[in-house]
Amino acid sequence: MKLSRNTFFFFAGAAFSFALVKAMQLSGMLTPYWQLVLDQALIIVIGALGLSIIYGFTGQFSLGHAAFYGLGAYTAGALDKVYGNGNMLFFFLSLLAGAAVAGLVALLIGMPILRLRSDYLGIATLGFGIIVRVGMENGNKLFPVLGGATGMSGTPQVADFDLIFILTLIVILLVRNFIFSTYGRACTSIREDEIAADVMGIDTTRYKVMAFVLGCALAGLAGGIYAHRYPFLHPASFDFLKSFDFLLIVVLGGLGSMTGTIVTAVGWVFLLEVLRVVLGQNFIDWRGVIYALILVVSIIVRPQGLFSGKELRLLVPDHLKMVTGKEHTHAGSGN
Amino acid sequence: MEHFLEQVLNGLQLGLMYALIALGYTMVYGVVQLINFAHGDVFMVGAFLGYFGFAVWGLPLPVAILTAMVACALLGVIIERVAYRPLRYAPKIAALISAIGVSLFLEYFSSLKFVFGPNYRVVPRPFPEVQWNIAGLSVSNIQVIVFVVVLFMLILLQILIYRTKTGMAMRTVAVDHNAARLMGVNVDTTISITFAIGSAFAALGGVLYAIAYPQIHPFMGIMPGLKAFTAAVLGGIGIIPGAVLGALIMGQVEILTSAYISSQMRDAIAFAILILVLLVRPTGLLGRTETEKV
Repeated sequence: MKLSRNTFFFFAGAAFSFALVKAMQLSGMLTPYWQLVLDQALIIVIGALGLSIIYGFTGQFSLGHAAFYGLGAYTAGALDKVYGNGNMLFFFLSLLAGAAVAGLVALLIGMPILRLRSDYLGIATLGFGIIVRVGMENGNKLFPVLGGATGMSGTPQVADFDLIFILTLIVILLVRNFIFSTYGRACTSIREDEIAADVMGIDTTRYKVMAFVLGCALAGLAGGIYAHRYPFLHPASFDFLKSFDFLLIVVLGGLGSMTGTIVTAVGWVFLLEVLRVVLGQNFIDWRGVIYALILVVSIIVRPQGLFSGKELRLLVPDHLKMVTGKEHTHAGSGN
Repeated sequence: MEHFLEQVLNGLQLGLMYALIALGYTMVYGVVQLINFAHGDVFMVGAFLGYFGFAVWGLPLPVAILTAMVACALLGVIIERVAYRPLRYAPKIAALISAIGVSLFLEYFSSLKFVFGPNYRVVPRPFPEVQWNIAGLSVSNIQVIVFVVVLFMLILLQILIYRTKTGMAMRTVAVDHNAARLMGVNVDTTISITFAIGSAFAALGGVLYAIAYPQIHPFMGIMPGLKAFTAAVLGGIGIIPGAVLGALIMGQVEILTSAYISSQMRDAIAFAILILVLLVRPTGLLGRTETEKV
């Protein structure tokens, strides 16, 4: 197999980042605490790429992304808690199960509600997220393993940085290949103008559902990894505020840009932790205030997002000319 | 039967309060097509200011309510100026993110110790609660007050929108900003007025809520705000009677679910009904379907 140039640089960049992290681990610069933050950032990258497919590339305004993240986390976590004993094979199977459950639920809910437009779709998915949260809070009545409103613990913590890094890499490649495939093009055309896409013979329903299922399955996968990295799952971690997190990462990064989503996801997770350190114990109450101010100021300064529609070269397959170089100013919520 | 009717009354009380908040959402949406996520937090600020007014500063109740309404109207105008106006011609999603930011700002800023503080506060009753027995049905004076006040405000709003020049300007801006500007309407002022009225209504809703369910804290606005917004969508966002209808349905669903099924299920069932309604009528109960042009 001949490796194309950009793909080669992609892997070279990945190997370099991996080596850098390892070197920082060995030299003690990366404390276990910051390692945890880095792992969290990579998990968020996976979930945010899912929303990027749904909203950034297909233009379907979803405010319920965290629900699928939670479905994946609870499914994978509960399976491994009951059947797995730190067995690696079982870990991967449970991740797949988490992604599959999230994807399946997305298929069932997506087929009817993706007919809704813009804000109406947003509020319907938000409502779905709240229904899932109520389900998580009462899940222990059906399956005591799930812990209900008090949260669930006991999942074997087998996901380490190496595994998470490799999984993130696989997901980035997968999303890249999807975005630049015929399917991805069809999705982008739906974002730009759904009616025109329909007229051009694109089965819009099929592609919207496909993007939604794929994006939600990625959220489920991210959730599954989360369950194996953080010992405690709680319904409140997967409610609509968490969905806003994914949304603002995708929007601040720039709709229709994988680069933007990845950079913003990592930046955002680190920003929150850096704020904790910078503010110190005396001003910790100000963290939420400053977080909110940064959010408002950055969106006012750059309403089209950090990388609106632009992509780093190494994320673009070689055989394609750069078609995404133009800055979008109106990649709006599909209406 | 009496029990059922009493629950319906409770649902009516809650629904009318949701209506006060939903009106602000629907008016702002009608005029600038923005989901003002910070609206629920303006409601919270209103509840706190009302509480401080009559319980801490010792103002008479109507004065306290008026103070809260004026202050929140001002707050609404400032929010629009600072966070939404710079984004009026940006993608819609940018303004929504800004709204989420403002919402978080109000919540966390209010939680600071020198502002409202992070704790729950118990609101003392400004007047004793009285239960009247009307035809075997127990009705409290708070329910009557909520009913009268909300009805009065609804009539006032109806007059304002359909009988005054300001109302006509609002309706014009809702149809088309640019055409309104060409017709000599000051679009910026009209939008500010819309935010002021919506926020004042939310503040009134907040004070009534604090009197009826006497416990307040800086994050209390999230759920009522979300429910009221859902109510506005349920009725057809941008349509004022729709907001009231949606709010009344939400109130009934919530109270009846709590009473007859389980109080834990009430949010789930309320939102399940929303999704079902949207599937049948994608623009809400009273929403018009617009034909789309390519």
